[in-house]
Amino acid sequence: MAEIVLDGVTKRFGDTLALDAVSMRVPDGAFVVLLGPTGAGKTTILRLVSGLDAPDAGTVLIDGQPMASVTPAERNLAMVFQQYSLYPHMSVRENLAFPLKSPRLKTPPDQIAAKIAAVAEVLQISHKLDNKATALSGGEMQRVSIGRALVRRPVAYLMDEPLSSLDAKLRTDLRVELKAIQAETGGTFLYVTHDQIEAMTMATHIGVLDQGRLVQFGSPREIYENPVSLYAASRLGQPRINILPAAVFGAHPAGAASIGLRPEQIVQGEGADSLVKRVERLGDQTRLHLSYRAHDIVTVTDAHTGLTAGDIVKIRPEKPYYFDADGARLA
Amino acid sequence: MAQIRIQNVRKEFGSFTAVASSSFTIEDGEFFMLLGPSGCGKTTTLRMMAGLDLPTSGQIFIDGEEVGQKRARARDIAFVFQMFALYPHMNVRRNISYPLFSQGMSRAEARAKVGEVAEILGITHILDRPVGGLSGGDRQRVALGRAIVRDPKAFFMDEPLGALDAEFRERMAEELRALHDRMRATTVYVTHDQLEAMQMGDKIVVMNHGVVEQFGAPQDIYDWPATRFVAAFIGAPAMNFLDFEGTVGRGATSLRLGDAEIAIPMSRDGRAGALTLGVRPEHIHLDPDAAYRGEVVAVEYMGTTQIVSLRTAHGALKARVPAGQRVAVGASVGLRFDARTLTVFDAANGRALISAANEKVLSHG
Repeated sequence: MAEIVLDGVTKRFGDTLALDAVSMRVPDGAFVVLLGPTGAGKTTILRLVSGLDAPDAGTVLIDGQPMASVTPAERNLAMVFQQYSLYPHMSVRENLAFPLKSPRLKTPPDQIAAKIAAVAEVLQISHKLDNKATALSGGEMQRVSIGRALVRRPVAYLMDEPLSSLDAKLRTDLRVELKAIQAETGGTFLYVTHDQIEAMTMATHIGVLDQGRLVQFGSPREIYENPVSLYAASRLGQPRINILPAAVFGAHPAGAASIGLRPEQIVQGEGADSLVKRVERLGDQTRLHLSYRAHDIVTVTDAHTGLTAGDIVKIRPEKPYYFDADGARLA
Repeated sequence: MAQIRIQNVRKEFGSFTAVASSSFTIEDGEFFMLLGPSGCGKTTTLRMMAGLDLPTSGQIFIDGEEVGQKRARARDIAFVFQMFALYPHMNVRRNISYPLFSQGMSRAEARAKVGEVAEILGITHILDRPVGGLSGGDRQRVALGRAIVRDPKAFFMDEPLGALDAEFRERMAEELRALHDRMRATTVYVTHDQLEAMQMGDKIVVMNHGVVEQFGAPQDIYDWPATRFVAAFIGAPAMNFLDFEGTVGRGATSLRLGDAEIAIPMSRDGRAGALTLGVRPEHIHLDPDAAYRGEVVAVEYMGTTQIVSLRTAHGALKARVPAGQRVAVGASVGLRFDARTLTVFDAANGRALISAANEKVLSHG
């Protein structure tokens, strides 16, 4: 497997600056998740690494080698797109075998069979191996696309929202499986998603993208516990971080425009009064929808809380985040 | 608005039983969830309440009146199917007022009514816009407006948020629930998403293979599942199941799992043989002194908490523990279970044994 480096990579599409001097290092064997909303530049990075697009400025390096004159095929990367692309006239088995039959690889037939069986089991499609690709549901086709990447031993895996079309149960299963495959093979993964649970649970590193700029790069824990900006802080956490004007809880650092409070940064039973607007019981936890000086706050409390709508509960910030007017983190 | 009572309702399609004899009551003003996997009979149940399908047997009462064999238009129900099904050639106002004109309401009356509904939904400023250029959220509000404007006895919704992405779905779910809190209209809502059901519902019916598995308040169902199916379907990660051979006597307050003595709520049932201990992930604590052991297989960081996957002598377990706790993959750890939260299931039929803890919830059947 390999290390992937982006060095000052810029990409324009017409007047749109899709990537703005992005520098990032994906260590060998890392599982890097690019996180951000539509248009942040996630997919553009994948396309530049794969060689489907070329940067306008800057360099992509794989294992230290500049990729400018290397074709996509020569880069030996396995890609999974959000839109599955299978050979419709082939069976699932033939689709999975195809990448292994390339003249460059010359994989022996018994190894191909073993590989396909193992991958099909992980992806829960063993019973569909002899179906035509066109006879599959969308979720099944997507699993076959993932399978086609996993049967290979490429330099790195590039995946673009591979789980987004699957149902919740399967997504949870495959999250764990992909992570296990990565741990077992030591493979390098560059993975695009806008799903924060996928990012938090699978990544060794998360790259947070905002309008073509890489604004933070670090472990999920670093980004959750030590976000550099209001934007980065808002990417992770359920319920979402509460953002209020800095002054609503009294004293605040000079220059602070807003205060950011995750549920665990709100102490209940001390401080100032807030009104319980709604109590939302999720089973393992209960969410409180509060109104504090005309601001909405959502926090978490004990599953069996006796609080009901209309009650008053005192709240106090505990080690909150402060952000300046531009959203940069102050403290 | 209305109370809806389902009594011994059954639906067969040829030799296939879509809904086995089912009974439950939806109280006036409730937000009521029909929850289950695809094919469980939840949509058929809703269609029977609406009069789109007629039950093979049994009765349906709306405000005390038996309507089981009456057609849909005689029931005064507003059905919200796909949230985005709007008339593309009409503007927002015409889309919302359409049902009123077909009821024969005057133009002035309809105008006032649409204004009122638009106010409730916060869409007054877009009333004269074409629906083509609207955002997904606004399209949904318009579709809702069309249902609300008729002042029906109840709203029926079949997976209205199913097609939306996660973040948007959560926002819309909050908005729907807030709307319900303002209007207090009886609402019956079909979903396969357990979180959506927990989040929005006052009551939940859980169905599986055409059978009502459990009926009650979300927290009661989560805490005290009547069956192993319900326990597995509600909650993420799902409840853990430890299969074992053993005995739980009437009055017992503990059971034997391998070499460990596990405290349980006092049993009102006596059972011997194949049993299953059910424990929720957040009720497992890593405790070096605990007799029951497991090996850490994986750790998933979730921000406030982390999910620890474990291997034990009785199968795989997932525990939810605080994110600050140090957990090493490969380590052997002691596992302590919250005694007052445990449920024991009869492995043969999947039903929960009655205990001092769950008898209140499960006694009404």
